[in-house]
Amino acid sequence: MAFTDLVFYVFAGIAVFAGIRVISSNNPVHSALYLVLAFFTTAAIWLLLEAEFLAITLVLVYVGAVMVLFLFVVMMLDINLVPLREGFIRYLPVGIAVAGIIVIEMVMVLTARYGDTPAPVPKPADYSNTEELGGVLYTVYVYPFELAAVILLVAIIAAITLTLRRREGTKHQDPAKQVMVKRADRVRLVKMPAEPKK
Amino acid sequence: MFDPVMAFYADLPLVVQILTKIMIIVMPLMLGVAYLTFAERKIIGYMQVRIGPNRVGPRGWLQPIADAVKLMFKEIILPSSANRFLFVVAPVLSIMPALAAWAVIPFGDGMILSNLDAGLLYVLALTSVGVYGVIIAGWASNSKYAFLGALRSAAQIVAYEIAMGFALVGVLMAAGSLNLEKIVQAQEGGFLHWYWLPLFPLFLIYFISGVAETNRAPFDVAEGESEIVAGFHVEYSGMTFAVFFLAEYANMILIAALTSIMFMGGWYSPFPGIPVIGEPSVFWLLAKISFFLLLFLWFRATFPRYRYDQIMRLGWKVFIPLTIVWLVVEGVFVYVKLGPWFA
Repeated sequence: MAFTDLVFYVFAGIAVFAGIRVISSNNPVHSALYLVLAFFTTAAIWLLLEAEFLAITLVLVYVGAVMVLFLFVVMMLDINLVPLREGFIRYLPVGIAVAGIIVIEMVMVLTARYGDTPAPVPKPADYSNTEELGGVLYTVYVYPFELAAVILLVAIIAAITLTLRRREGTKHQDPAKQVMVKRADRVRLVKMPAEPKK
Repeated sequence: MFDPVMAFYADLPLVVQILTKIMIIVMPLMLGVAYLTFAERKIIGYMQVRIGPNRVGPRGWLQPIADAVKLMFKEIILPSSANRFLFVVAPVLSIMPALAAWAVIPFGDGMILSNLDAGLLYVLALTSVGVYGVIIAGWASNSKYAFLGALRSAAQIVAYEIAMGFALVGVLMAAGSLNLEKIVQAQEGGFLHWYWLPLFPLFLIYFISGVAETNRAPFDVAEGESEIVAGFHVEYSGMTFAVFFLAEYANMILIAALTSIMFMGGWYSPFPGIPVIGEPSVFWLLAKISFFLLLFLWFRATFPRYRYDQIMRLGWKVFIPLTIVWLVVEGVFVYVKLGPWFA
């Protein structure tokens, strides 16, 4: 067994363990942290596939930004764990059935399309995955890429407008006004004679 | 003179070679962190017309050693209802990315531990991972002050990371590479050939965001002594506290190094052509790093702390739009092949 195989099985093992702990952990914060671990090990496996751009982007976007906000919310929730546990056994058969269907579907799709693809040939050391991806994204797939960007933008704006609440009577600061303020607007210097001594 | 040493080094196994290189980077870094704390106290002291520490050793030079020894012998107190494992892991998570990012920093032509092609992305990813130490510390301490500090820090880092990333997109556009060594080589030449000039707004935004990312004054609301005591590390003592401290200062040096590499021409001399001082060398890089570190200390001595809503406004409403506008301007620069930078 080559060394890369050993590395792959170690990371794959950690990823599967972390994935199971995400759903079996008692504490939601622990679950979120196991999800972070799963992302990290997946990124390591992608690095083995010489997909360094995707791997580092996974860490940058999901670990560095998405999961931070996720943890932010989960930490502030005051979840009572007992009622969450109660439904576990009752819903377990449904969960297993859904998971089984997904696995069968994935196996069918993947084996049908990529079943007899030969193992990729290792690229030379000066091959830049990032440059290749950038070149393809901005030439061949530029319209789908832009379309995805616009859809994401719409989603962001929709999320903001859905949660934006305007309350009556709140006081806002206008930073432009604060910056433009002059001394004369706030302070009036008054000259007055000293009181005569009695 | 070094030939026997180099010959001996070349015979060592690869693992030992890499470990040696890591030691050569990390040991001076740790020493730099120790004396950065000393420099901070001395410089801020002089700025405030005080003397600063001058009791331990000649002129106070052994002060950081004394501090380190004191922290090592202090008891590590675990709060009774803290999450023990995460409480201990948090400082490690905080210092690990701060050290790992140094793997792709080029110190001179070819003086680099790992010449990674996606070096810039790697640095961005690791600096964004550093926030976990702070968040986990705040949550695991089971203390309201620590938790508030962690939340503040998380929101602040996520906000400024975007502006920082956009500023780096500008550097990427100018150099045409994510490799840090190639970015420096693209800036070859004197003071006016470096990227700070065509990318001036991005340069300012990157450095200010760097100050915000490292939770330094005037953006140090995550610690905020006046309202939340010491923020996320209020429950930490002894060596666990010292590790957070080391991580903060190592991050400061990292941001200073990255700013010098990406906007200030890395190891190139500002006066090319003049003998001796015109030569590119690692000393120029160290001089530039020291200058940016001085700015960090200077900010701390000069500015009052920002209010929290002002920090958020600056990050989201000022920096991000400004970087996007400048990327468009830079696109025009690239299109017309302006000056020595985009030729």
